[in-house]
Amino acid sequence: MRPSLLLLFALAGGCATGAARPAREAGPAPAPAQAAAPAKQATGESSSVDRLQYPSTYQRHPNPPVLIRNATIMTAAGQEIPNGSIVLKDGRIVAVGAKVDAPAGAVVVDGTGKYVTPGLIDEHSHLGVYAAPGTDAESDGNEATNPVTAEVWAEHSFWPQDPQIPLAIAGGITTIQALPGSANLIGGRSAILKLIPARTVQEMKFPGARYGLKMACGENPKRVYGQKGGPSTRMGNMAGYRGAYIQAEGYRRKWDKWNKDHQGDLPERNLKLETLAEVLRGDIYVQNHCYRSDEMAQMLDLGREFGFPIRSFHHAVEAYKIRDLLAAAGTGAAVWADWWGFKEEAMDGIKENAALLQQAGVRVNIHSDDPSGIQRLNQEAAKAMYAGVRAGIPVTRDQAIRWVTANPAWAIGLDSLIGTLEPGKIADVVVWSGDPFSVYSRAIQVYNDGWLVYDRNDPAHQPRTDFQLGQTPAAGGRNDR
Amino acid sequence: MIAFLLAQTIAITGGTVYPVSGPKLANATVLIRDGKIAAVGTSVAVPSDATRIDATGKWVTPGLIDGAGQMGLVEIGAVAGTREALLKGDTIAASFNVAEGINPASVVIPVTRIEGVTTVLAVPAGNLVSGQAVLIDLAGNTIEEMLVKSPVGVVLNDSETGKDFAGGSRAALVERVRRVLRDALEYERRRADFGRAQLRPLSAAAADLEALLPVLHGQEPLIAYANRRSDIESALRLAREFKLKLVLAGAQEGWQIAGAIAQAGVPVLVEPLDNIPSYDALGIRYENAGLLAKAGVKVALMETDTHNSRNLRQQAGNAVAYGMTWDQVLRAVTLSPAEMFGVADRYGSLDPGKVANVVVWSGDPFEFATGVEHVLIRGKEIPLKSRQTELLERYRKLPPNY
Repeated sequence: MRPSLLLLFALAGGCATGAARPAREAGPAPAPAQAAAPAKQATGESSSVDRLQYPSTYQRHPNPPVLIRNATIMTAAGQEIPNGSIVLKDGRIVAVGAKVDAPAGAVVVDGTGKYVTPGLIDEHSHLGVYAAPGTDAESDGNEATNPVTAEVWAEHSFWPQDPQIPLAIAGGITTIQALPGSANLIGGRSAILKLIPARTVQEMKFPGARYGLKMACGENPKRVYGQKGGPSTRMGNMAGYRGAYIQAEGYRRKWDKWNKDHQGDLPERNLKLETLAEVLRGDIYVQNHCYRSDEMAQMLDLGREFGFPIRSFHHAVEAYKIRDLLAAAGTGAAVWADWWGFKEEAMDGIKENAALLQQAGVRVNIHSDDPSGIQRLNQEAAKAMYAGVRAGIPVTRDQAIRWVTANPAWAIGLDSLIGTLEPGKIADVVVWSGDPFSVYSRAIQVYNDGWLVYDRNDPAHQPRTDFQLGQTPAAGGRNDR
Repeated sequence: MIAFLLAQTIAITGGTVYPVSGPKLANATVLIRDGKIAAVGTSVAVPSDATRIDATGKWVTPGLIDGAGQMGLVEIGAVAGTREALLKGDTIAASFNVAEGINPASVVIPVTRIEGVTTVLAVPAGNLVSGQAVLIDLAGNTIEEMLVKSPVGVVLNDSETGKDFAGGSRAALVERVRRVLRDALEYERRRADFGRAQLRPLSAAAADLEALLPVLHGQEPLIAYANRRSDIESALRLAREFKLKLVLAGAQEGWQIAGAIAQAGVPVLVEPLDNIPSYDALGIRYENAGLLAKAGVKVALMETDTHNSRNLRQQAGNAVAYGMTWDQVLRAVTLSPAEMFGVADRYGSLDPGKVANVVVWSGDPFEFATGVEHVLIRGKEIPLKSRQTELLERYRKLPPNY
């Protein structure tokens, strides 16, 4: 189900093919429920300079209130409510429980036999930057021209007409972090996007979301730059990160001083260092592709050297080996349920990884890094949950649903807004045909900010990208027999 | 072979048995002797010397068969030294049989079999004619012990990547294959002239033409990887012209011409969770397997990710979710691939005389909640251990148990 690895290697595609990213770790106090702080960036999206930078133009789609009733509601906040109801109004969840008051004019959805969860969140996606069809022309994920390209932003590669987007929506995904690939030590800024049909990436940008910075450990940067001037070793990787952040420290000092006293000439802008300085200020999360446990420990030390926490390690197939270190650092881990073996640093993957991390108190999430896997994150969470349970490692259903909702919401800093079904949260909601941990269940309705963006039973709510028109047959067309 | 000859008598009792060849049997016994299934039924007498496996409340099925992958041929994807499935320097690699490239010590094998996949097709990759696929059981100390059938068939890469080995056009691809097949027949007719160098130059090496003769005589299938509708139609056309026994693999746009495939009597290997559009198959979709089956096409399933061949059962569950019936899908991972690969007399169902590849599951084999309780390959119980279970035990408690 994974695309040909040879192809991936040839294209230096997603992270699986090999880059690592550094971990970020925040000082002595691990900041557990670090709520999203959208206010600061609500207009500028970045505090580097005092001007708008590619701001979100997202607007909520008008929609009537919705009452989904008599469903099993998995809140991802501690509860699984049988025969429960949930009310969505003006883009927010207004009520959840066994008994709720429905607003007048609400569209009523019969949830009998169905399950309701928060919209799923993929902390690691290359949708839009490695769009389908996977041609060179659509390969926009790795600016593999320099090991440190902190100056590039994934949103500037993102193609909203990627035909993989509607597929992911149909799998219940409502928010993604779209990342640059892993060819580089520092690959550039991620984009936090609402997964909705849109003409521009600005219309998809999650208002106020912090950026992430993609960093990568291990094999990938070595492979890509080993014959191109380096780094060619893991120690070279470390020197590369350190050199970049040392430069950023100087840049930050200069700008912080100028911003404070406005004395002398305006310092020259440097796009690369601007992003790294934002990491040092704590305004951008480090999202670190890193497979091996020993390298993750090095990256935690890198964060300590420069005073930034690593928000989460991505791919993290060996995270279980250092789960105590991750828990102590307050660093999350984004993992696959069962990928392993496609390269040497992925040889020690085990299916109990997520369960062991959960048990140790690490904020674990299940990510995809894959246009196919993103369509069934619920299934991947199910595999990881049951693997743990069968091995005698306790995992609750609520914990496992958090792996694809509340925990990735935390990892991208939006846990105060999305990721659970609680009054006041944004109405990102999925209705499933049955238990989302069953292989036979499918998303049948997906609401994004209260907007019914997908309905399996209604072709009027099955978005297709421009790319697909006249080119890929619509489901239910004349060829269906 | 000694180990297999010494295999004892085993009785799996009390489970719900899915023989595949017939309806499920509640509270039934599967009796295994000397590596073979001796009896299946609700009133099977269990010999006193039999080792009993209590399967009360469990489900019993044949071992699953994955119709794809490079098991034993790729240990670590990114490490060239561990890859054996691609022959470089010969675009018509019909004589390239992958069997002797298989590593019986591969760590992927235990990882896979302890999750219920007991038999896999090991498939050569790349080129225009990729080589010969072989069927292996996931047990045995030597290649000879593992082999179930070699060769199963010759693999044709009738796709976007295949045309790169035929001058860069699909038109040239089909014509190249046609010429090679004609030359194979010519070579067969005039072996003596060939030996005396009195034959015009042939379009492939003699060994490769020789390897195509069983395909041309209908003794082995041509396994054609084709995804675009027009490529599938090309494969069907070639099969008609040369009276080949064809197996389609991939067939991502097959649902668009499911009737024609059914009418041609051609079975299809499908990967149900394939749905990412490419220019090789813009019409790819989850419903492919279901629509093919509905049209009467014989479908078997593939999990092409060798390291996660164990996810064949996830593919299977999703095939149910997207249109096949549960019974069709169980058959599509057992008896149907056995039929396609020419081993249905020995594999694919729980019937007396067949090889005892049997799995005891805690429940529905396609569900995530279900675990494997027992795996038997050729009548021998396989310890449920792998490199991954060893890693788990080492790190179950920290500090690790070094």
